[in-house]
Amino acid sequence: MTATILMEDKLRTLVGSEHVRPAGPEDAIGGTQPQLVVEPGTQQELAEVLRCTDEPGVAVIPRGGGTKLEWGNPPRRADWILSTKRLDRILEHAWADLTVTVEAGCTLQTLQDALAQHGQRLAIDTLWPERATVGGVLSTNDSGVLRLRFGALRDLIIGVTLALPDGTLAASGGKVVKNVAGYDLPKLATGALGTLGVITRAVFRLHPLPRGSKSLSFFAASLDEMQKCILAIQDSKLAHTAFQICCESAAQPEADILFEATEAGLAAQIALLGRLIGQRRAQEVPASIWGVREHFWSPLEGNEAVVKISVLPAEIAWTIQAIGQTAKTHNLQWRLCVQATGIGYVRLEGNAVELRLTIQELRTKMKQTGGSLVILHQPRTVERLDTWGDVGDALPLMSALKSQLDPRGTLNPGRFVEGI
Amino acid sequence: MMSGKAAVDSRIIEEFRAAVDPRGLITSHEELHTYECDGLTNFRVMPLAVLLPSNTEQVQAIVRICDRERIPFVARGSGTGLSGGALPVENGVVISLARMNRILEVDFPNARVVVEPGVINLDVTARVQPQEYFYAPDPSSQSVCSIGGNVAENSGGAHCLKYGFTTTHVLGLEVVLPDGSLVHLGGKTLDVPGYDLAGVFVGSEGTLGIATKITLRVMKKPECIRTLLAAFPSTNEAGAAVSDIIAAGMLPAAIEMMDNLAIKAAEAAVHANYPNCGGLLLVELDGPVAEVEALMEHVDAICRKNGAWEIRVAQSDAERVLVWKGRKAAFAAMGRISPNYIVQDGVIPRTALPQVMSEIARLSAETGLRVANVFHAGDGNLHPLVLYDRRIPGQEKAAEALSYRILELCVAAGGSITGEHGVGEEKKMMMSKMFSEPDLVTMQRVRCAFDPLQLSNPTKVFPTPRLCGEKPGEYVRHRLETAGLAERF
Repeated sequence: MTATILMEDKLRTLVGSEHVRPAGPEDAIGGTQPQLVVEPGTQQELAEVLRCTDEPGVAVIPRGGGTKLEWGNPPRRADWILSTKRLDRILEHAWADLTVTVEAGCTLQTLQDALAQHGQRLAIDTLWPERATVGGVLSTNDSGVLRLRFGALRDLIIGVTLALPDGTLAASGGKVVKNVAGYDLPKLATGALGTLGVITRAVFRLHPLPRGSKSLSFFAASLDEMQKCILAIQDSKLAHTAFQICCESAAQPEADILFEATEAGLAAQIALLGRLIGQRRAQEVPASIWGVREHFWSPLEGNEAVVKISVLPAEIAWTIQAIGQTAKTHNLQWRLCVQATGIGYVRLEGNAVELRLTIQELRTKMKQTGGSLVILHQPRTVERLDTWGDVGDALPLMSALKSQLDPRGTLNPGRFVEGI
Repeated sequence: MMSGKAAVDSRIIEEFRAAVDPRGLITSHEELHTYECDGLTNFRVMPLAVLLPSNTEQVQAIVRICDRERIPFVARGSGTGLSGGALPVENGVVISLARMNRILEVDFPNARVVVEPGVINLDVTARVQPQEYFYAPDPSSQSVCSIGGNVAENSGGAHCLKYGFTTTHVLGLEVVLPDGSLVHLGGKTLDVPGYDLAGVFVGSEGTLGIATKITLRVMKKPECIRTLLAAFPSTNEAGAAVSDIIAAGMLPAAIEMMDNLAIKAAEAAVHANYPNCGGLLLVELDGPVAEVEALMEHVDAICRKNGAWEIRVAQSDAERVLVWKGRKAAFAAMGRISPNYIVQDGVIPRTALPQVMSEIARLSAETGLRVANVFHAGDGNLHPLVLYDRRIPGQEKAAEALSYRILELCVAAGGSITGEHGVGEEKKMMMSKMFSEPDLVTMQRVRCAFDPLQLSNPTKVFPTPRLCGEKPGEYVRHRLETAGLAERF
C-alpha cells in the first residue's frame, strides 16, 4: 500500500496532479478494473511514466480514444490506463513533401481536417474517425476500403516513436518517404496492439485529395456470378480506388465500386465498368455506402458477434457461401462486407451458444484455405473465444520479440496472440 | 588475416559438403575470389567457404552447422548490392541462393507469385507479362538482381513513388532463422494475426535470417503509360516543376531528374538523344488513357511555366524504352567521363532540393571533385556520383569523404543516409548521425529475438554491434566479444 501511494505521488510529480485520477467503472477493460488513469502531456512524460513501472511490475493498458478497447483478449492484469489524450498535436504537416508528423492522441478526423486544408489526406478510412486516435488506429491496424488502392497503414507509415516499458524513447524510420536505414519498426508497431511499446508519434506519407469521385453499385443474381464480376474487374484496366461486396441473409449480393479521377477519367472508367459487367446496370450511389461496416457494431444488444475475416480474393464468393450456410445451420442472421482485397467484416446475430459454434466452424474453414478470422466483438453470456486464433510457427519468434522489448510483460498483458 | 582453411577444421568442411548437392561447396582460393565482394568493390573479405544450397532443407542443414559451430554466415543473391550487404565476414561462410531460382507458383486470380530467393527480379515480370501483369519494384539492376536480395535491401526503383517498395509487394516469407529453424511470416492473405514480422524482415539486410520462399503481389499493367521528357536551364527550375506537379495533386508513376554532367555521361554511353540542358526531367504517368491524357496536359503546362525549353512525350513503347535507357544506364555511364566514381544514395525532403544541390556544388568546388547528380526526384532520393581518379594519390579518400559529407547534408535536411541501397558495411558508421543510441539499441533488441548468437550477417548495419543479454544454452563468448569489438548488454 505504501509502495502504491509512493508510486502515485511520483506519477503526480511527473505529469501533474490533475492528470492522475482514480479509474472508474467506465475505465474497466474486459472485466478488469484498473486503479489509475494517467494522462501525460508529452512523449517524454509518457516514457517516464512507463519507467516507473519497471520496478513494481505494474500492468499498463495504453488507451487512445477508447473506441476499440474490446479488440484483443481481456488483459490478465490491468493497473494503470495510460492515456494519450493530451498528446494530440499535429507537429508538422510538410505539405510540399506530402508527409505529416503527428502525436498519437490526435483523432483521425482532426488530422484529416488539417490535411484537407492543403488538399491532402492520409489515405485510410478508419472506424469512428471523430474519436479514434492515430495511436489506436495504428495499434489495431484498422483499415477500410481505400486499402485496395493505397495499401494499409503499414504502407503509409514512414516513421514512429515508441516508448518502451523501461522508459526508452526509440525512433525508427524517418520523415522521408523513401528510407531503408535500420529496421522497419513502424511496421512492427502497426497491429501490435500496444504490446511492444506505446506509440507516441507517427510520420505518414500523404496522398492528394481526389479531383473527383463517383461511387456506383450493381447487383448480381448469384454469388457465382458475383465472383465472376470480381475477377473480371480485378483483372481489368480499371483504376478503381475501392471495391466491396456486401451481402446479408436472403438478399442478392451487391457490389460497390469507387472511382477517383478527373472528370474525363471518371467518365471513361464508368463506361469501361459498364462493358465489364454486361447487362447488370451500375447505379450511382452516395459515398456513405463506404462507411457501412460501422453499422455492424450497432446496435449491440447482447446476442451479436462481429468478426474480421481475411481470405484470398478468388475465394470471396466461396467464403460468403460458407458464412451463409453455416449461419443458416445455426439459425443466425448475418450481414457482411468483403473488400476485393479479401478482407471482410461480418455481423452475426442470434443465440449466443450458436454464435460461438458458428465462429469456431468458420474459423476452421477460413484456416483451411489459408485465411484467418479475428473476433472483434462477441457475446458476454457464453465462454469467450480467443480473439485471434492460431498464428502458426512464428509464435516462438513473436514471444521472443515481446521478451526483448517488454521483458516484464507490462504492456497489455495477455491481450495479443496466444497470451502475449 | 587468418587463412580460411586454418580456421575451420576439415570435419566441418566435410559436414558442409554433405549438406549440399555435389559442386555445392566452394573452397578453392581462386573460386572464392568471385565472392569476396558485392557491387561495392572497395570492401573485400575472403570467406572460408561458399555454399550453394538447392532447397530449403539444405539451407537449414548449413545454418544448423553454423549455429552449432558458431560460424557466422552471409546470404548472397546476385551480389549486385551497393552497400556491402553481401560482403563476407571474416571467418564466416557465404550462402549463395543463386541455385534456388525457381518460380514455384503463379496465381493470376489472386495476383500472387511464389518464388525462391534466387529468382531474378525481371524474370517475375517476364513470367506474368503475357497476362498483362507486372512486378512493380524495379531497381536499376533488375535484369540481374535477385528477389532474395531485393527482400534483404527492401529495394525500390524509379516507380516506387507510386507503387511502393519491395516491402509493399511481399506478402509472405518462408525464413530459415539463424538457429536453423523454419518459420512462416505473413502469408498469401492479408493481415495474418500476430506481429508483422514480414514487415520487419524485409529490409533487414540479411541480419535476421535467410528467406527461402517469397510470396509476391503482382499488379495488372495500366491501360497506358506516357513518359514526358523536359529540358530545363538548371536543376532548380526542374525541381520547382516537380514541386508544382505534386502541389497540383498528381502522383506520377515516376519523376526522375538528371543534371548536365549525368546527361553528358548518359549520352556518351547509350545515345539516348537527350537535350543538352542543365536539368532534365522525366515524368511518367500511367493509368486509364483518358485520365493520363488529361493529366499530361497539366504536367506539360507546369514544365513550360517553370522554364522548360524543350518537351517531348514518348508515345510508343520503343520511344519510352529509349527515354529510360539513358536514365537506367546513368551510373555505368560515368565510366565514360571518369576513371572511377562513387555512387551515393541519400534522401532529402523534396523541398530541400535547391539548398542541398547548392551545398553539393559548393563542396564539389571546394574539393575540386566533380559530382554528377541523378535523382528519383519525386521522393527526394538523390544519387550523387562522385568522380575521381584512383591513380592520383589521395583522391579516392577525398572522394569518399565528399560522399559522406553529402550524406550528412541529407541528414541535416531531415532526410536519410539511404533510400534504397541499404546500410550494409558501407554506411554503418553513418547510422549514429541519423539515429540516437536508444533508437539503435532498440533495433538491436529486435535483432536479438531473431538471432541471439549474432551469426546472420553480423557486423553489418549497426555501428557498434551489441550482443544479446539472454540466450539459450551455455554461455560462450562471442568472437566479436573476445576480439574486443563488441560488448554484451
